Amino acid sequence: MTIPTSSTAQVIPGQGAMAAPEAAKPAKAKRQRFLFLKNKKAAFGLIILGIYVLFAIIGPWVTPYDPDARSNDLIQPPSAEHWFGTTHLGQDVFSQVLDGTRPVVFVGFLAGAIATVLSVIIGITAGYLGGKTDDTLSALSNVFLVIPAIPLMIIITSVLDNASNLLIALIIGLTSWSWNARVLRAQTLSLRRRDYIEASRATGEKTWRIIGFELLPNLTAVIASGFIGTVIFAVLSLITLAFIGIVSAAGWNWGTILFWAQGQQALAQGAWWWFVPAGLAIAFLGTALSLINFAIDEFVSPRLRSAGKTKLKTASGGTVRMRIGFTPVLDNSAEPHTRAQAHPDAMTPVAREAAK
Amino acid sequence: MKYFLQRIAFYLFTAWAAITLNFFIPRLVPGDPVQSLIAKFRGQLSTEAINSLYVLFGLDDDKGLWQQYLDYWAQLFRGDLGLSFTFFPSPVSQIIGDALPWTVLLVGITTIISFLIGTSLGVLAGWRRGSWTDGLLPVTTFFSSVPYFWLGIIAIYLLTGPDSFFPSSGGFDSSLVPAWDQYFIPSALQHSLLPALTILISSVSGWILSMRNMMVTVSSEDYITVAHAKGLSERRVAVSYAARNALLPNISGFALSLGFIVGGTLLVEIVFSYPGLGFILLQALGAKDYPLMQGIFLVITISVLVANLLADLAYLLLDPRTRKEG
Repeated sequence: MTIPTSSTAQVIPGQGAMAAPEAAKPAKAKRQRFLFLKNKKAAFGLIILGIYVLFAIIGPWVTPYDPDARSNDLIQPPSAEHWFGTTHLGQDVFSQVLDGTRPVVFVGFLAGAIATVLSVIIGITAGYLGGKTDDTLSALSNVFLVIPAIPLMIIITSVLDNASNLLIALIIGLTSWSWNARVLRAQTLSLRRRDYIEASRATGEKTWRIIGFELLPNLTAVIASGFIGTVIFAVLSLITLAFIGIVSAAGWNWGTILFWAQGQQALAQGAWWWFVPAGLAIAFLGTALSLINFAIDEFVSPRLRSAGKTKLKTASGGTVRMRIGFTPVLDNSAEPHTRAQAHPDAMTPVAREAAK
Repeated sequence: MKYFLQRIAFYLFTAWAAITLNFFIPRLVPGDPVQSLIAKFRGQLSTEAINSLYVLFGLDDDKGLWQQYLDYWAQLFRGDLGLSFTFFPSPVSQIIGDALPWTVLLVGITTIISFLIGTSLGVLAGWRRGSWTDGLLPVTTFFSSVPYFWLGIIAIYLLTGPDSFFPSSGGFDSSLVPAWDQYFIPSALQHSLLPALTILISSVSGWILSMRNMMVTVSSEDYITVAHAKGLSERRVAVSYAARNALLPNISGFALSLGFIVGGTLLVEIVFSYPGLGFILLQALGAKDYPLMQGIFLVITISVLVANLLADLAYLLLDPRTRKEG
């Protein structure tokens, strides 16, 4: 539905996983994890995700009403009794949203796990072994990449009548591994020729050991960001399938709520409380996961971090914009350029600092 | 040229895989679906239709799987996708033929506009980090996390109404007959504005993000420094040096993510009752109209393949390295 939010795919090979921490000494690893949490995006995303997981576990037990129970309060706006209002049958929308958290989180994570395992196996095998194996596996993942996943899922799910959440997770997982496999293959290709891999090959390590103990730890960040991207995709897919009403047998989830809201003309009746909470729940979950993914990207490739304050006053009173990765040029008039030619060192930020 | 032939071979292979998949999916149905369909369409199905259903679900015992597969291909080459139940007795190919232009125009044009806007904003965000453009990312991330169809529902709720300029459903004014004239085209445009806007808002952030990250990566390359050192204008360095090179991965990303986008836009059509493939797919799902569903899946897949081929052509024009070998 959306394109994967991770940009790791597009970081030039050789640059991504290289910067990933090496799990060498335990003490050092601990500090690295702390570093990751220091990133505001990561912390914020993980906190929101934690809340969702919490509600996925306790949701069905803390619902104020039975999500299926009908009452006489038909299509009531939010009130103290019904926080998110009620449906056309007097069902409590708040209870439905709470009750629907578990299937969404369950399907999202399970499908993400299935797709990640598949993509690791296929991507790394293709990248590491190369040759005919690579050609075959790459063609396979490209085929899955190009075939539109959502229509395929819709058709398979509708053919299998009344699919359970487990089955849906399986279908989503089996159809959405290809993007990550592609990314992993590219990363493996660039790692394969690194000296430390060559060294372990030269010392006669077995292929499975090189893959498991030399390659995998250095691909952790890529795998993690791929996993989170797939979870987002799986959640959106589940909601989509439920919204068009082909998984209604699998209990409540946010898509089912939207399905009923759409089917019962919630819009025409102005019942905004019926579809807004479920949509926002999806949006916040998606945003939290994307934030974690951005944080992983920035962790792996620090250059992607948003720059802080960039305008600096120069000694002569003008302002200059400092940008990471750039060599600042003072302005476009002829004069600074001649000056820059006279003192080439003056162009580097460090020298500028020193000169002050 | 060699590159191009390789791509064509790949697309032919993918088309074959999709068609074969399409052949096997109905055979997954547990039990005897034809009996339940006959019961559902009491008396409405002709013997001919029932026979073709048995063939579709692979319950035709007279023939082996291989023979069924060959028959299926023969049918496809005649352009025969079977009969639809929902719109009985219209053939599936005719229904899809009516709906396809709506989807292709809406999704095609919107996706291209979204790509162009997103890429330009991405160039800006990557080039001018630390300015207001950094604020684009959180906002667009939020919008891209929202399902397309939910944004559509909200747009209908907020922007349409009896007095609103935006119609809430349909592809054209119901009093008009589809034709290329001065009444129909403005009406069709007016009806497509809101769906298009919905797709645009939810799909643009992906392009912004990937282009920004590519720009950031590219802008530390030596040739950017050289371009700066030569005294080229900031604009020229940004557009002709950095953006030109950052664009290439984004174009291949564009091709690959088309499949994702098309899936989302089908849902937008459903919300807006837009007369395209998505809306028909919904009706087909409701009626368990398997021939129509399969036909739609096939047509969507092939359209995506064609779009991919076009993106490859664009890549070929933009990246001289792919041309050198041929």
